[in-house]
Amino acid sequence: MKVLYFAWLRERTGTGEEDVSLPPDIVDVAGLIEWLKGRGPGYAAAFEDLTAVRVAVDQEYVGLDRPLDGASEIAFFPPVTGG
Amino acid sequence: MIRVQRQDFDVGAEMAALSEGETGIGGIVAFVGLVREIAGEQQLSAMTLEHYPGMTERQLEKIDEEAHRRWPLTASLIVHRYGRLEPGEQIVLVLTASAHRDAAFDANRFLIDWLKTKAPFWKSEESASGSDWVEAQSSDDAAAARWEK
Repeated sequence: MKVLYFAWLRERTGTGEEDVSLPPDIVDVAGLIEWLKGRGPGYAAAFEDLTAVRVAVDQEYVGLDRPLDGASEIAFFPPVTGG
Repeated sequence: MIRVQRQDFDVGAEMAALSEGETGIGGIVAFVGLVREIAGEQQLSAMTLEHYPGMTERQLEKIDEEAHRRWPLTASLIVHRYGRLEPGEQIVLVLTASAHRDAAFDANRFLIDWLKTKAPFWKSEESASGSDWVEAQSSDDAAAARWEK
């Protein structure tokens, strides 16, 4: 599964994109975030305030309870500021 | 139509291309967003726009389709730039063309309001004190919420 990070989430995790193999007990976005937080202090800092994190699964906005079944690309980013 | 690009755009040329052969158009509304040199108290030297290739295009296409569902538009165009931009440079263009002006004005406002809260772009501002990510504005959420239904 491909995981993408943008803006300050990319800076804090230190990566823009990575491939991860998840343990079978990780079933939804919230579980994935908890698992990622355990990967190091940068990840913990990136996900310390989830009200400032938006999530997309396969390029569509989703909530934290979205199951990961069938997902191939998950992206984490701050609220958008284009325009 | 939507386009995401690094290079600048020519508003006149885009308007001419949009209306070419479309004699049913009664008016075109153009919104052009520029890099402002003052952000709060800070004097900006530049701004860098990052985006999510793929999702950006998808979200812009959905927003554009929604505008066509809601208003009788003859044509529309969204062009959004990314990369490093200096004060005075153009960031975004929204063109809406319709037989009558009401639809063109309303759809244009809808498009810019919605893309500001839905299209995955992030601005980082450069000033004398370094660079900082721009925080989302609740006023932008409020502007977008007016169009929820």
